[in-house]
Amino acid sequence: MTAPRSPLPDKSEMSGESLEPDGPLTLDCRSQLCPLPIIALAKKIRNIGLGEVIRVLADDPAAANDIPAWCRMKGQEYLGSPEVHTFDVRRVS
Amino acid sequence: MPAREDRQQTDDTVRGVEYTAVPAGAPAYLDAATAAPLHPVAAEALVAALADGWADPSRLYAASRRAQQLSDAAHAAFAEALNVRVDEVSLWPSGTAAAQAAVLGGLAGRARAGGTLVHSTIEHSAVLHAARRWAAAGVGLTAPAAGVGLVAPAAGVGLVAPAAGTPAAAEVGVDLLGRLDLGAWERAVSAPGVALASLISASHEAGTVQPVAAAASYCAEAGVPLYVDAAQSVGHMPVPDGWSLLSASAHKWGGPPGVGVLVVRKGVRWISPLPQDDLYRPGPPGALDLPAVVAAAASLRAVLAERETEAARLSALIDRIRDRVAATIPDVEVVGDPVDRLPHLVTFSCLYVDGEALLHALDRRGFAVSSGSSCTASTLTPSHVLEAMGVLSHGNIRVSLHRGTTSAEVDRFLAELPEIVANIRKEVGM
Repeated sequence: MTAPRSPLPDKSEMSGESLEPDGPLTLDCRSQLCPLPIIALAKKIRNIGLGEVIRVLADDPAAANDIPAWCRMKGQEYLGSPEVHTFDVRRVS
Repeated sequence: MPAREDRQQTDDTVRGVEYTAVPAGAPAYLDAATAAPLHPVAAEALVAALADGWADPSRLYAASRRAQQLSDAAHAAFAEALNVRVDEVSLWPSGTAAAQAAVLGGLAGRARAGGTLVHSTIEHSAVLHAARRWAAAGVGLTAPAAGVGLVAPAAGVGLVAPAAGTPAAAEVGVDLLGRLDLGAWERAVSAPGVALASLISASHEAGTVQPVAAAASYCAEAGVPLYVDAAQSVGHMPVPDGWSLLSASAHKWGGPPGVGVLVVRKGVRWISPLPQDDLYRPGPPGALDLPAVVAAAASLRAVLAERETEAARLSALIDRIRDRVAATIPDVEVVGDPVDRLPHLVTFSCLYVDGEALLHALDRRGFAVSSGSSCTASTLTPSHVLEAMGVLSHGNIRVSLHRGTTSAEVDRFLAELPEIVANIRKEVGM
């Protein structure tokens, strides 16, 4: 859990995404400290269509609070946390 | 304000050149809610009391009597300032110690009525730690074997297990503005087995003033004593009546650090959670830091004399910060109730900004502020207050003002902040 603190987004932001056949686009931000998962989410959501869902994997303790707060501030829909360290967001704007 | 562009220009120069004729500005201390700078009256009283009040007040000679007089006068000043009786006031080595004594002593005093502590989710961590100790461990308090460093309590010292219920804590939440959910509060305090309720007078992080009077009336209906943590309010705004116990902290109003005030109203059963000494009055064992106590009392009197004018002045500066931050920084969330708030404190969060980087950047420009972001906390978890409100926790800054804060300092802060935030965002490609 002690990832080096870097002001730049982790490489996993680029490499950690995957498109599972039946699942939503997944953004793996595990081991990244806040606000890096939120930054990754904000960048990635521009690339999906309206109504599509993005799944963020994040284990920073602030993520559970800040992902819903980001959705509220940016007018996106927070769908909830289906399991631990997993957060689903639907692009609605 | 018109100098904003010039200042940004100036700061670019400052960064590139080691010495410059145009400094970024004099340091501005904007963290009064952590510790207010010593009020000049406190400094004067401290020096005088160091010369005059060093003796132990409990002995039978002239120096001791002089110290006793100073101690009595300080207690009387606190009683008058807080509008309570002198024998309801006790002084503790810190605001934290007073808060924890209020919680644990109030619970112990009500052991026969129940074992549950009801508290808001936005209490100060001092109260939450006391609550956790209580809930996890009526054990830690009752069984000497639990190894918390307490000697086995003699019967009746107060560290006894509640007969009428198991030690427990029940939390009551707040809304997005940080205001207590009064309906949930009423249900929680009227449940069976509640020993004590604890409510902060105003959030130390969001500034939102809590509905203390209404919360107190629900407690009164249920026959539950209410403890109010008034650390951020005393010296800044009045606290409504209706509480049974109250604590405050001198260095939040401009007194010296190391003085906490605890008020236990007559008729409220309170049993010290600490072993006692040979003096008759319940309170912290051991010698008081009498010079600090005298300075705290003198400064509280001085602060209250100028309270209304200072509150109006600082509140206008806070309004300016709330308005300008929202207007000049994109993607920012200014939190807390904009109107029903402490006069001297504001908190906001900037999206995509690392709180620690923001604190350091501000520090380099001479601004001292605090943050509820996880990266700035020793626990690496975000502020429990911001979480309870559901507001953004990263990129968080709390600005709190004091009697020395000038309009020019606030303007310099507001002029420099947008560029600082923009630079940090640029580094992460936002």
